[in-house]
Amino acid sequence: MTDDIQSVLAQQIAADILKQPGRKLKSDEALISSGLIDSFHLVDLALYVEDQFGVRIDDSELSAATFDNLNELAALIQERQG
Amino acid sequence: MPTFTEVLRQSYAERPEQVALYLLQNGQPDCPLTYHSLLQGAAAYAQAYQQNGIQPGEVVILILQHGRDLINAFFGAVLHGAIPSIMPFLTEKLLPERYRADLAALVAITRPAALVTYPDFEAEVRAALHPDDSVRTVIVSDQVALSVEPDFASLGGLRRSPQDIVLLQHSSGTTGLQKGVALSHQAVFNQLENYSQTLRLVPQDVVVSWLPLYHDMGLIAGFLMPILLQTPLVLMSPFEWVRAPYKLMQAVSRYRGTLSWLPNFAYNFCAQKVRERDLQDVDLSSWRAVSNCSEPMRWESQQAFLERFAPYGLRPEALTTCYAMAENVFAVSQGGLDGPVTVDEIDRDAFQTERLARPAQPARPSIKILSAGRPLANTRLKIVSEHGKELPERVVGEVALQSDCMLTGYYHRADADEKALRAGWFLTGDYGYLAGGELYVVGRKKDLIIVGGRNIYPLDLETLAMEVPGVHAGRVSAFGVFNDESGTEDVVIVAEVDILDPDERQRISDNIRIAINRGSAVALRSVYLVGQHWLVKTSSGKNARLANRDKYLAEIKGA
Repeated sequence: MTDDIQSVLAQQIAADILKQPGRKLKSDEALISSGLIDSFHLVDLALYVEDQFGVRIDDSELSAATFDNLNELAALIQERQG
Repeated sequence: MPTFTEVLRQSYAERPEQVALYLLQNGQPDCPLTYHSLLQGAAAYAQAYQQNGIQPGEVVILILQHGRDLINAFFGAVLHGAIPSIMPFLTEKLLPERYRADLAALVAITRPAALVTYPDFEAEVRAALHPDDSVRTVIVSDQVALSVEPDFASLGGLRRSPQDIVLLQHSSGTTGLQKGVALSHQAVFNQLENYSQTLRLVPQDVVVSWLPLYHDMGLIAGFLMPILLQTPLVLMSPFEWVRAPYKLMQAVSRYRGTLSWLPNFAYNFCAQKVRERDLQDVDLSSWRAVSNCSEPMRWESQQAFLERFAPYGLRPEALTTCYAMAENVFAVSQGGLDGPVTVDEIDRDAFQTERLARPAQPARPSIKILSAGRPLANTRLKIVSEHGKELPERVVGEVALQSDCMLTGYYHRADADEKALRAGWFLTGDYGYLAGGELYVVGRKKDLIIVGGRNIYPLDLETLAMEVPGVHAGRVSAFGVFNDESGTEDVVIVAEVDILDPDERQRISDNIRIAINRGSAVALRSVYLVGQHWLVKTSSGKNARLANRDKYLAEIKGA
């Protein structure tokens, strides 16, 4: 299940945030602490996750302390989907 | 002419219970700070500076996040007569060693007597220091009292003269590029007097700001002006705003905010990223001036903002423009307060080939330029040629200004003063033209990249890229390309690479991204790897960034 979530997320992030549609993202690759997703795009990620998976990420959670890679983000989504 | 401390003392004595600012912090109730509590908190820091042997006239660098400590440490330095300067706090993406290097460069040039930071950041700050530098002490926030009754008679701030430097504003940039704009009490008050007249500031106004305090727009318009002139301020952190832009709208609605300043990208950002549900019951009709400032202004950005928020009461006449720089304390000109912002439609070809802003002709391609308005009453503008000759109306040249609120100088940087100041005129490095008494800013002479209102020096980025294995010194060019969707510039790096293997090239490209993302304040949007001899150089062998940018754009378009 999280594999599906991860691959959907990976495609979306590469295409819409990084603007490199062909870019492969590893599941443990740092997204926020690496600066790959900069602060201007964190809110995009939250909006996207909500639209796609019906899960809210509060703005106070938009930091590497909450999730920093696809593994962690997918786990968070799955947990909230209950 | 007063000084900061005299003005603050007056507010403390005459309006102790008036709220100076409302501090908005995530997960906490809004925190109103009266002049009484503001001055008491500041006096606690003044006492700490005193006890640590800081002398009036010495510089203290504040390494604190947006919040109570930063406010107290700043005004505490003022009360003590020391010169505060705010350094951006470490972000989660920036490499600590890079931050340390920037701090060490700042210390070397500014020669501060003290640094102020949090207990859990003290070790990081100390790691940037050397035994023989100017810093005598690191003041840690938890060792400072929460509030102290100010004893004005003993405060060093009351013995400062209006001509003395009151604060330094640092532009970003690393070694050799650090320029601290030194401003006197008098210059700041001259700016505030003139700008508040231009704005027709009244006691009913409420300023709402999320802007960082290390930047002139945030520090002057969104912090010092309201506090010194007793206009209520609603202050939130840029860190929170960028994650929740709707909080700006909610704050304006809740406090009946009237004035805000935003960099151009924020118009796009708010228009695109605020959800309907977060705007329930929001009423923006109190906003009377939202000034677009600190990066190139786009008509399209303002329109997108208006369309998004007009249903919530935003009035079209609230969209205003401003041209500002730290070297003039803040505002140089302001547009849109005496009627809608003028939009000058000019002939595109004449503009591009002859550098003339000729009014548009029917059936010929044209472009729309937003006016930055008329200069403040104390500021004179002229447009000059490369040789310093004054140019007539509608001819594009460098914007030069003269006023009674100019910088004292770049702190410890006489070399930079010499470059920027000519016979009492400050050369802004921006290209523009004048028409009908209004200023139109159309480009930049300097190779500066502005991302989200933040100034980025291309040399800093090129230096980072050159450290990547496979990339060679002198064979990288960094520049900005305007992005219509985001309303600001994207950073592009072009690098000449000899290696032909595609996998190797991909690896180099990725490493350049990492180097820039973790070594600077920006995120790199595009890396363009090219072969030998691609990059254009000037006749003296220097990196011709604008020519490289044009060549890149032509190739991308052709591809």
